[in-house]
Amino acid sequence: MSSEQKENPAGAADTHAVISLRAMEIIIAGLLLAFGLTIAYASYQLGAGWAEDGPRAGYFPFYIGMIISISSVVTLLQALRNRSINADMAFVERGQLKLVCAVLLPALVYVLIIQWFGIYLASAIYMAVFMIWLGHYAWWKAVLLGIAVSASVFVMFEVWFQVPLHKGALYNPLAVFGF
Amino acid sequence: MEEINALFHGFSVAMTPFNLMLMFTGVTLGVVIGVLPGLGGANGIAILLPLTFTMPPTSAIIMLSCIYWGALFGGAITSILFNIPGEPWSVATTFDGYPMAQQGRAGEALTAAFTSSFIGAFVAVVMITFLAPLVAKFALKFGPPEFFSVYFLTFCSFIGMGKGSPWKTLTAMMLGFSLAAVGMDTVTGQLRLTFGFSELMRGFDFLVAVIGLFGIGEILLSMEEGLSFQGSNARIDFKIVVQTWKKLPKYWMTSVRSCLVGCWMGITPGGATPASFMSYGIAKRFSPDGAKFGTGQIEGVIAPETAAHAAGTSALLPMLSLGIPGSPTAAVLLGGLLIWGLQPGPLLFVEKKEFVWGLIASMYLGNLAGLIIVLTCVPLFAAILRIPFSIVAPLIIVICAIGAFTVHNAMLDIWFMMFFGVVGYVFKKLDYPMAPMVLALVLGDRAEDSFRQSMLISQGNLSVFFTNGLVGTIMTLGLIMLFWPLVNKLR
Amino acid sequence: MFESNTKKVFSLLTVVGAFAFASVSHAAAWEPTKPVEFVIPAGTGGGADQMARLIQGIIVKHNLMKQSLIPVNKSGGAGAEGFLAVKEAKGDPHKIIITLSNLFTTPLATGVPFNWKDMTPVAMLALDQFVLWVNAESPHKTAKEYIAAAKAAAVDPKKRFKMGGTGSKQEDQIITVGLEKATGTKFTYLPFKGGGDVAVQLVGKHIDSTVNNPIEAVAQWRAGTLRPLCVFDDTRMPYKTKVTATMSWYDIPTCTESGVPTDYLMLRGIFMASGVTPEQTSFYVELFKKVRDTPEWKKFMEDGAFNTTFMAGKEYTSWVEKNEVLHRDLMKEAGFLAKP
Repeated sequence: MSSEQKENPAGAADTHAVISLRAMEIIIAGLLLAFGLTIAYASYQLGAGWAEDGPRAGYFPFYIGMIISISSVVTLLQALRNRSINADMAFVERGQLKLVCAVLLPALVYVLIIQWFGIYLASAIYMAVFMIWLGHYAWWKAVLLGIAVSASVFVMFEVWFQVPLHKGALYNPLAVFGF
Repeated sequence: MEEINALFHGFSVAMTPFNLMLMFTGVTLGVVIGVLPGLGGANGIAILLPLTFTMPPTSAIIMLSCIYWGALFGGAITSILFNIPGEPWSVATTFDGYPMAQQGRAGEALTAAFTSSFIGAFVAVVMITFLAPLVAKFALKFGPPEFFSVYFLTFCSFIGMGKGSPWKTLTAMMLGFSLAAVGMDTVTGQLRLTFGFSELMRGFDFLVAVIGLFGIGEILLSMEEGLSFQGSNARIDFKIVVQTWKKLPKYWMTSVRSCLVGCWMGITPGGATPASFMSYGIAKRFSPDGAKFGTGQIEGVIAPETAAHAAGTSALLPMLSLGIPGSPTAAVLLGGLLIWGLQPGPLLFVEKKEFVWGLIASMYLGNLAGLIIVLTCVPLFAAILRIPFSIVAPLIIVICAIGAFTVHNAMLDIWFMMFFGVVGYVFKKLDYPMAPMVLALVLGDRAEDSFRQSMLISQGNLSVFFTNGLVGTIMTLGLIMLFWPLVNKLR
Repeated sequence: MFESNTKKVFSLLTVVGAFAFASVSHAAAWEPTKPVEFVIPAGTGGGADQMARLIQGIIVKHNLMKQSLIPVNKSGGAGAEGFLAVKEAKGDPHKIIITLSNLFTTPLATGVPFNWKDMTPVAMLALDQFVLWVNAESPHKTAKEYIAAAKAAAVDPKKRFKMGGTGSKQEDQIITVGLEKATGTKFTYLPFKGGGDVAVQLVGKHIDSTVNNPIEAVAQWRAGTLRPLCVFDDTRMPYKTKVTATMSWYDIPTCTESGVPTDYLMLRGIFMASGVTPEQTSFYVELFKKVRDTPEWKKFMEDGAFNTTFMAGKEYTSWVEKNEVLHRDLMKEAGFLAKP
């Protein structure tokens, strides 16, 4: 990756570990264990037995939940006992995490805007902001492209295929045009 | 010889300028639909069905089936370029297709995918032309125990794929199964694992999970490496098509195997998705380069694509001759037949010769048209990777969000997609394998349904899976596949 | 010149006529102002889906509505997803839903908080029949013979006859239970995902009988691989055109005639959200009246041997009320009600 850092903004060089591989293994295995137990418990309540005419509704999910729990426990123990150097490697470095968050957080905000104001407005804004912020494009290029993307999505789905996409829950900017 | 005559008559029906125009429009539309994740072949055809209401039935089915071919071709494009499978059956294509693109071999992967798709479809159409009545009878032999054995075989030929911790493979696979179990249980009609949320009633759609795990997860991973996609400096040249073609004959054995798997799964209605997974698994087992699968082997693209297309095409045979849909897309086409006033079923071949042979002829022509269209566009598709990351990345996220939404028209699915994106990122870094999880999610509930239907038939007796030659053979094959790695070690 | 003038005059007259008509009747001129969402609480390719897409096609072809009608499948939780979507869309006149029996069975079987009273009944389009089918090679020629054989086999649970159907605790299983109650026999009920699958499983002899809708099994009947025994209705189906070489729909006896007193009809009707005005409802009632008058619709009705009863307004509402009670009783007897 070192040779290909053309657009790499400052910060990527920060190689401090945010969390070690081992710690992350433990956290995830723990979460999976909880997940497995929840599944098993819910299925048990549903009826996890083997009736006269074959398994009941909760039979498979119950054992699936149990297997998830058991294999997560094994992974958890392996991670706890693992003292090798590998285990102390960074799961993610601080610089990397910053870059990941630079995509992830705006994407989450994007989904929130979709929920409130519909997919078209959100997409135009998201495209433009991403291009200006991370790509350092001129603002008019970004805005133009954002609108173009939204408009072509609109034509393709709403007009052409007649697939209605999500309209805002709070306010639907397209209400004026009757969509 | 009767078939040849009928086929030539079919060509004369299909070759009118109007029908040829519909064919090209259909394929192009299909490619667009296949590329957009979420919209998919079945939805695309359902959406366009009413528009064909005013056309003559033969033209209508030519157009709609060409959309289907186009969607089959189109599904491969985003899988290879961005690791986002546009259709369930192109998931297996990502395993080697995306690594190839990362190594700057996107053109090669695309050419291999399209060409083997065409070969798969061609073999299937030839089979439909000459063996239709015989093959249709075979499909009737499949009851619940046989279906279960097919799913069992798919799992077995795929298991042991990962190199990492077996416990993590197990966890991942079971996660897939548990997600597949959410929603309504077909056999008892009870709601399972919905925890009282009505939004969970529809269950987790496979596409939403895959768009997140593969698509969004991959973008997050590429971010770590700085703001760029690998492989963006690929050489883009039409010569790549010819160069790839020279390599392909070497893998004829893989193609033959995949065609067989595909045709079989299409007819029985197992469908294109299990076909592509099974074919990939088998190719990995039998290829001398099997160990290198997953790192950008061209064979790993050929196998699933050939099988998926062969299955997708032969799925139309049981629809025409029996009136059973071999795939969701065929189910929608079936509805179309009824709307145009045609009755699918054994008599269709007798009563509506013109229609059936026109359709079969259009399968030859439509696939050829599709191949020409997508191959000429290979340099164009590969050039997409040259678009700067800061334009392509948000565009992909926008398309993913739309895709996740259109699967069920549900806003919550977009949130699920983002969640699966984060899960995909973390799992990839911790070496939890994604392929078994996705396979379990796709086939989990179908396998469970057919298992429990079999149990109802036999009143809880497991020997039902070995009661006749067909189901017994498939189960045994599955068991051999399961223990193959052990056998290999003993030798 | 002359021609176009007459046309103008003529169209003017129609407009005037239409206004006059509007003022006489109470149907005020409400019209959809944006595309109408047509919710299908079932998957793509099923019976309800086919009907909905046919309606969309008819409306486009005959230009019956200015705005477009967009079918949307919401099949989650045996259709509960679709019903809840309409329930939430209170007062929205741009959303209609096509229903089948899951209107009653889904909330009763799953306990999903939904009742048809959360929606406004618009019109009944048709009633779907159910027919008892066996494989053509089966030795049983009449329903009576078949039931007698099933009774004899029912003694041993492992040898019980297998009845295939769509879904669990839905119409097909309710009919099966009704049949069991009426005749004192027992079946092993096998749920499948779609009607087409069920018919083919019967052709392949993986099951012994089905209660498919006519349209789901007609292709196999015509091909001589399935045989109808009786129709679950108190009168025979009216279509006298020959479907196979020797038989028409009319030639299938009713189950009551054959000594198996069971009847059941499935609703194919339209509902819309609650809190809409009567003008809005009557627009859709008129629309579907027009749809029913088209030759395409009539052909579809005949192909699928539908019972073409049409109802709207009070009549329809009271039919739905009566049927809800009926379903509650049937499901209570069968033990299908969700545990509270």
